[in-house]
Amino acid sequence: MAELLRQAWAVARKDLVLELRTRTALVSAVVFTALVLTLFNFGRDPTAVPTLDLAPTVLWVTFTFAAMLTLNRAFQLELENQALEGLLVSPLSRTSLYWGKLIANLAFVAVVDAVGLPLFVLFFNVSVSRVLLPLVGVIALATLGFVAVGTLFSALVIRTRFAELLLLVILLPFLLPPLIGAVQVTARLLAGRPLSESVGYLKLLAAYDIVFVSLASFLFRFTVDE
Amino acid sequence: MSLVRRGRWITLVALVLLAGVYVRALAFTPIERLQGPAQKIFYLHVPAAIWTEAAMILVGLAGIFFLFLGDPRLDRFAEASAEVGTVFATIVLTTGPIWGKPIWGTWWTWDARLTSTLFLFFLYLGYLLVRGAVRDPGLRARYAAVLGICGMCLVPFIHLSVYLFRTLHPQPIILKPSGPSLPDSMLVTWLFSLLAFTLLYVGFVTQRYAVSLARDARETAAAEHG
Amino acid sequence: MLSIEGLRHVYGPVVALDNVSFMLAPGQTLAIFGPNGAGKTTLVKVLAGLIRPQRGTVRVDGGRRAIGWIGHESHLYDHLTVRENLLFWASLYGVPAAAREARAAGVAERLGLADRVERPVWSLSRGLAQRAAIARALIHDPRVLLLDEPFTGLDLAAAAELRVLLGELRGAGRTLVLATHNVDEGVELATHVAFQRRGRIVHFAPRGGRDAAQVADAYRRAMSDG
Repeated sequence: MAELLRQAWAVARKDLVLELRTRTALVSAVVFTALVLTLFNFGRDPTAVPTLDLAPTVLWVTFTFAAMLTLNRAFQLELENQALEGLLVSPLSRTSLYWGKLIANLAFVAVVDAVGLPLFVLFFNVSVSRVLLPLVGVIALATLGFVAVGTLFSALVIRTRFAELLLLVILLPFLLPPLIGAVQVTARLLAGRPLSESVGYLKLLAAYDIVFVSLASFLFRFTVDE
Repeated sequence: MSLVRRGRWITLVALVLLAGVYVRALAFTPIERLQGPAQKIFYLHVPAAIWTEAAMILVGLAGIFFLFLGDPRLDRFAEASAEVGTVFATIVLTTGPIWGKPIWGTWWTWDARLTSTLFLFFLYLGYLLVRGAVRDPGLRARYAAVLGICGMCLVPFIHLSVYLFRTLHPQPIILKPSGPSLPDSMLVTWLFSLLAFTLLYVGFVTQRYAVSLARDARETAAAEHG
Repeated sequence: MLSIEGLRHVYGPVVALDNVSFMLAPGQTLAIFGPNGAGKTTLVKVLAGLIRPQRGTVRVDGGRRAIGWIGHESHLYDHLTVRENLLFWASLYGVPAAAREARAAGVAERLGLADRVERPVWSLSRGLAQRAAIARALIHDPRVLLLDEPFTGLDLAAAAELRVLLGELRGAGRTLVLATHNVDEGVELATHVAFQRRGRIVHFAPRGGRDAAQVADAYRRAMSDG
């Protein structure tokens, strides 16, 4: 177990160092987030629809697409550096490789969200100070789920044609349940409702995470080998 | 009798049964008080929806067994089930609006069952796209199995997320914990329709499987002579 | 040290490995010659654990930790320095943390890279990058070396250097397997030679006293037979 985590951390750390040096995926995702939020603002009539109605949807659409942008990076990186084969020949367990990539992906998404959330608050004039902690909690819970599935699928598409596009298409249905949960809880939090009202959705998110993180972790070995 | 002929016979029986169901539904079953004659499409719509889901679950189960046993027949079955599932999903997505228009006034409603079938449809599309994007048969079967298993595990979450979300869709009258609340004659018609769709599924899958079998046999023969 | 039995692997209609079996003891060097498409790469990849054969067994004493793999890819991350690359791969191969720096320095010294370890890989010339790739493969002091067309793309000087290096590595009980389509490369290194044609091993014998010309002769005869 310790060995698994140690190796996973070695992979994750390598990814983080590389991304910090090249900054390509992060910068694209952050710029994308800012652009989308700006676009949403100009697309609506501020007098017609109360901001609070659309706010959760806007937030989550933005976060989701930004996350999808960073997902491609995970195995593309190995392909570009011609290192994937080397990883597979080494004693690195497939599960460790999965966890390493998952941790790195989550770190990137966290950075993008950390920039996106303040921008969102700013552009949409939404007050989150009172619910910041539970909001961050929901964001973490929902994101873990679809990034876990996305990491699995990003390995699956590397040997296919139109990899990036295929990734988006196959991932889309898996985004629905966590997004429904996330948007509903976010809406309730922003409206000042107590957290107890969202218990059903929170259970959904937690169950989704448990099921799909385990499943993806287990199935990974079938996708990455030749 | 060859596989294709058997498949065709089963399909024929199913279609005859379905025609019978329709005669019974139109002439011998009472008109539902609240929804009028349009409600009758329910006999077609709901069993198709049930089988859309069941087909996905079968794709997933076939995937699990394939990963452990490696039997290509399981993969062929999964492919057939996925294609038939797509067809059934299309039936649901077309009959739904036909039912919806007279009752709710719009062609499309984001109600529970239509939405979840739409996402099942995307699941199927993604699955078939992945199959189309991988040339090597061994790799293709493995990737398809992984995706199928994930899809199967997603089904309960689609249900859960959509149930948590209040919808326009008439609350389930048959698959409810307290037991079906349809008057007997309607229930009988519905059950016959379910039987017809079950046979239709079996018939279609059998034929589609036979087509795959023939194609694989042709490819191996070509390879041996080449 | 290394044994395979009854290997069979097909890619759709193409047979890459057809009932391949042989054994190698520590200290032996096998050179596998064959035209492109004969299945040499598949064979070496199966030995490396990159491909799981559809039928047959592979045994390499010491498992993945004991294998050094030199294929077509560099397995080096462009934006990491040579030293960082070596340390990363050392950690994946279980080299104890305390020993990593020393090992990295040692192997860099041996490959003539000592004064370039702090440079990022993208800044190295082609020849130096190739040496760095070899250094990476040797960082964990593998008992078994698997080489897939290692002389491809090397100029005469680099090829000669590689031959000298491999000659040095042959000592101390290491086992080498070298796959190449060019009979002239690597014959002098080999204690055993094998010819592969359309997935089959059509000749496997100790080199005996044969020189390059004699082996080439035997190869041509084996390839033109029926």
